Amino acid sequence: MLKIDNLHAKVDDKDILKGLNLTVAAGEVHAIMGPNGSGKSTLGHVLAGRPGYTVTAGSARLLGQDLLELDTEHRAHLGLFLAYQYPVEIPGVSNMEFLKASVDAVREHRGDPALDSMSFMKKAREACKAVDLDLAFLKRGVNEGFSGGEKKRNELMQMMLLEPKLCIMDETDSGLDIDALQVVASGINAMRSPDRSIILVTHYQRLLTFIEPDHVHVLSGGRIVKSGDKSLALELEERGYAWLEDVA
Amino acid sequence: MSDFMREALAAAAQRAPAWLEPVQARGRNLWGKTTLPNRKTEAWKYTSLQALQQPFSAPAPQARGAAISEASLPQLDGPTLIFTDGQYRQDLSNTAVPSGLSLVRFGDATAEQAAQISAALGTAVLPGRHVFSPLNDATLVDGVFMAVAADTQLEEPVHIAWLTTGQNESTSITQRLLVCMGPNSQATLVESFANTATGGTAFTNGLTELLLDRGAHLSHYRLHLEQGDVVHIGGVHARQGADSQLHGFHLALGSVLKRIDLVVDHQGSGAHCSMDGLYLPRGTETVDYHTCMEHAVPHCTSRERFRGIIADEATAIFNGRIHIHPEAQKTRAELSNKNLLTSNKAEINTKPELEIYADDVQCAHGATVAQLDPLALHYLRTRGVPRDEAEVMLSYGFINELVEEIGQPVIKAFLKPLLAKRFAHDARLARHIL
Repeated sequence: MLKIDNLHAKVDDKDILKGLNLTVAAGEVHAIMGPNGSGKSTLGHVLAGRPGYTVTAGSARLLGQDLLELDTEHRAHLGLFLAYQYPVEIPGVSNMEFLKASVDAVREHRGDPALDSMSFMKKAREACKAVDLDLAFLKRGVNEGFSGGEKKRNELMQMMLLEPKLCIMDETDSGLDIDALQVVASGINAMRSPDRSIILVTHYQRLLTFIEPDHVHVLSGGRIVKSGDKSLALELEERGYAWLEDVA
Repeated sequence: MSDFMREALAAAAQRAPAWLEPVQARGRNLWGKTTLPNRKTEAWKYTSLQALQQPFSAPAPQARGAAISEASLPQLDGPTLIFTDGQYRQDLSNTAVPSGLSLVRFGDATAEQAAQISAALGTAVLPGRHVFSPLNDATLVDGVFMAVAADTQLEEPVHIAWLTTGQNESTSITQRLLVCMGPNSQATLVESFANTATGGTAFTNGLTELLLDRGAHLSHYRLHLEQGDVVHIGGVHARQGADSQLHGFHLALGSVLKRIDLVVDHQGSGAHCSMDGLYLPRGTETVDYHTCMEHAVPHCTSRERFRGIIADEATAIFNGRIHIHPEAQKTRAELSNKNLLTSNKAEINTKPELEIYADDVQCAHGATVAQLDPLALHYLRTRGVPRDEAEVMLSYGFINELVEEIGQPVIKAFLKPLLAKRFAHDARLARHIL
């Protein structure tokens, strides 16, 4: 599904990723943990092609295609989805218009038939229900005035409608109370499938008790310094990150 | 004095109904003493009148009935008066009016109406607030008088449309509208200005006066849809009586030059004025809105929201003056002006101008200038929306709030596609915002 080799990237002339390697197979769930400033969020933004994030070396391939040479929208068409830690507010553009434009674009590139308004609305309603978001949110500006939790659920709703191949969840658990966390986690679990991979970027082990990962990685200093199974997350919870500096 | 209107002035003098002659004479006299503003005139600092360097003449009185099918106008069912190249077109108008409404063009006014018009005409224009009003008086041959009787509530909007067809080059058109809203009357008025695609150069000198008596409510839409080589210098001057409400919606698509002055004089306590506006110049067009809220008495409120999207090498000017007189305690006045520049060569000159002489007032103003938010653009693209479509969505999103709040469904339905397509070179790019 995803193969990242020796990825180096800069943000504003500062080296953040320094030789990151990661391979994610179809159907797997990977958790990436690590201390603040280790480059966890940068990884997602680099893969999504955010302006100001420059790749200086290495490669990233999604489904065999060179991700880094594609425009942002084409990465999405190919199946990449980044759930933002801080989703962007766009007043004046309704959530509904935005979702329809996204779904139409992605389906068109996938070769699926366009959804008529009725079918789209049905899907949108189902997705809202699945993430426990009131239908009124469809009519509001994209993320405009949403609470932190509402934004996260809105991200998850988009993910459900777009049915991506690779989902990167950037600290989706941050700022969520325990009820919201359960809603979001069960939404993500419902998205698990043999042909979809999920990367959970998180600080805390908490999320991983709801979504059981196949692999856990520690990102530190711009590289993956340790990988293991879900027990690694528990170990990190107990011991923190400092001991890994020695390992690295 | 510039003589770009010499011919039009002479022609107008021969064609006015007798009762308008004093108005014309007064106008000619004042216009003769008027110096055309230039860049050193504060209120015209950013707006060049270069486009008025060529002579304009009055349209031929017996102009053929031009086809207007090409012009895009809202289709409203109520009373409608249509003028093409300054000529009233009975064949295109709908003059059936409900009781309580008088709607006549000056040329058809009865002696009694002529007396009413003569008495009220020009009274809403504060001295020195409209440089081109003497010229409007001096070239005034025909206009429209709308009067709504006390306690009358009009259901259907009144529509008055002025079209330039480009049949004649360098035509000057004098537009005038006088509205008298009786006590506690209610009405919706739509003024639209448009040209046909073949439209040539034209100079429209527009002047609308709104007189709102005690408790009157008027929703006023003024849509400047002209494009191309049309110069429009116009204004709306309103006088509000006690507890009256004026809700204005203004739109200016760009053309070679548009300068619109909106002046509201709060004369009665408890009056409220809200005014929304959009201006969308592109190419090398210029749009200039000057608004002025005169708060002369206590307990009045005003709220202005103007949004501009300026593209290419276009220029926009927004000047929002709020003048709170010493007696006008407890005034609440808000002014917001937001601008989006979609090109590095686009220009906006925005200036709030507050003069406050009362101490117990609330007055808020804000102006912003921005470019499309790169992060918002990126966010849309991460969801698969192509860049060009994302740009259209964000541009339209910038004005969407004001469009969505338009109270007249027909006007909203007319404007939405027109505005959305303005940002989209390909109709497909606008399909998700309609």
